[in-house]
Amino acid sequence: MQALFGQLLIGLINGAFYAMLSLGLAVIFGLLNIINFTHGAQYMLGAFASYLLLEKLGIGYGWSLLIVPIVIGALGVIIERTMLARLYKLDHLYGLLLTFGLALILQGVFTNIFGSSGQPYRLPDVFSGGYNLGFMYLPKYRAWVVLMSLVICFGVWYVIERTKLGSYLRAATENAALVQAFGVDVPRMVTLTYGFGVALAALAGVMAAPIYQVAPQMGANIIIVVFAVVVIGGMGSIAGAILTGFALGVIEGLTKYFYPEASSTVIFVVMVIVLIFRPAGLFGRER
Amino acid sequence: MDAPASPIATRNGSKASLAAMALMTAALLVAPHVGVYPVFLMKALCFALFACAFNLLLGYGGLLSFGHAMFLGSAGYVCAHVAKVWGWPTEAAILAGTAVSTAMGVVVGFLAIRRQGIYFAMITLAIAQMVFFFAVQAPFTHGEDGIQSVPRGMLFGVIDLSHGLAMYYTVIVIFVAAWLFIYRVVYSPFGQVLKAIKENEPRAISLGYDADRYKLVAFILSAALAGLAGATKAIVFQLASLTDVDWPMSGEVVLMVLLGGMGTTFGPVVGAFILVGLESVLTSGVTIAGITLGPEWVPVITGAIFVICVLAFRRGVVGEVAAFFARRRR
Repeated sequence: MQALFGQLLIGLINGAFYAMLSLGLAVIFGLLNIINFTHGAQYMLGAFASYLLLEKLGIGYGWSLLIVPIVIGALGVIIERTMLARLYKLDHLYGLLLTFGLALILQGVFTNIFGSSGQPYRLPDVFSGGYNLGFMYLPKYRAWVVLMSLVICFGVWYVIERTKLGSYLRAATENAALVQAFGVDVPRMVTLTYGFGVALAALAGVMAAPIYQVAPQMGANIIIVVFAVVVIGGMGSIAGAILTGFALGVIEGLTKYFYPEASSTVIFVVMVIVLIFRPAGLFGRER
Repeated sequence: MDAPASPIATRNGSKASLAAMALMTAALLVAPHVGVYPVFLMKALCFALFACAFNLLLGYGGLLSFGHAMFLGSAGYVCAHVAKVWGWPTEAAILAGTAVSTAMGVVVGFLAIRRQGIYFAMITLAIAQMVFFFAVQAPFTHGEDGIQSVPRGMLFGVIDLSHGLAMYYTVIVIFVAAWLFIYRVVYSPFGQVLKAIKENEPRAISLGYDADRYKLVAFILSAALAGLAGATKAIVFQLASLTDVDWPMSGEVVLMVLLGGMGTTFGPVVGAFILVGLESVLTSGVTIAGITLGPEWVPVITGAIFVICVLAFRRGVVGEVAAFFARRRR
């Protein structure tokens, strides 16, 4: 029983990261029509930035949560302005290829500097220890990650689905030219949206640093799973992306307990099944 | 994918690529006798075939698969396994590898063509990742070690392939035959319909063409030829390893086609030779302005070429050359 709940918790944690990353991908895709292949690398950058802040400058976890998303998000804005902005008139696939190239560069440079093995991130003292729930032991930091990601996901959902800013965003997703005709600065909105999506990936990276090893490959490993999550959920809905992320994390965790051999492939199998019965994804619309 | 206006599709263009191919074959036949390393050429030819197979799907079908390594790698494993463990003759082993990748093409193609554009890319990537994990876990692939010292054997029982040049000329025959087959497909009525679907799918459907069927056939052909490349590669290098099923390989073949010229019959060959050449140069290390770049910089440089190609060089080498001549003719 202990082991089952342990795997469930790991699944929930993984799910939290799947949800945050697929959320960022969905937001970017909605407005830019680009699949951001660099998303995994930006998540990795977030973790490394947080690690370097602590090791080199002695700046702790709390400040990292704030500084890192802003810095990496600003990097995202630069990428959007200098490169992605030139591709909007072309086929969407060029965006995929460009961001793939960027991901290779970032990952390669970090591998050459830090080596491919992981670096541990020292957890702040506040988070040491945990709670004994009777049926399982819940480390404080893991509880914090699940809680925090729920708050972030809900926050993003609320902003997009329930505020005026979000309504502009949704309108621009449907018909950018029309929204621009109403006097909304759509190009700037596009830039900021990309920056925001990237910042979300970096934030996920900061949160992941104390749990997983901070390694150059960490982004590449997770991003392909997140792509599968996105295909399963369909990119039509923000809530769908969040829900699918958590659900698949849990499914993966359960598989690790009941049939560990299939744990690395179960999400892809689910994807195949969904594609056969609901090609547009569980929450998606054909576009 | 929107190809930048492709003059290659004209009859002049197709003659030019045939001429280029004839020249290249002649050069390949003499190359080992003037000091070019045959192992390098065989590697480049295997990748050139892989890239041509991929281009059939991307350049003519407009479908960007991000998981083509699964066909290259799986065919390599199957070919290596049946040649080494079951002792099949070389030609049968290569055919077995090709057959398996063809069958995989049927299944994956059926699933992937249900979605278009970006989704198509993500689905192929995800399925390829599944195949990769299978290759990591399955006992017959020997995990990280791969299948090593695969016998080259005797081709048709008479030609001893362990002799360097015999293998080399065999690879040339396989490559040229496959390239001519692709050329034939591209300029056949089937190829024309495929291009029509790529340019305007609803219109092609309204003319009565079953678009999905054409796409599926293109996918299967592409998978089969990628498998042929993988199986041949396994025999040449006597090795089938995880590198060939992993996702960087899927990215590399996209770059070969993009760099050489999407939707041109000869472009992928050029792209493959450039990238394989670049890698072999970096393996021994290059010093530029006091900085030594070794093999560990291959991914970074590959990524940089990707970015440059997408931003400024979308027609690729052959596409630019063709565009240059098209401008001059006017």
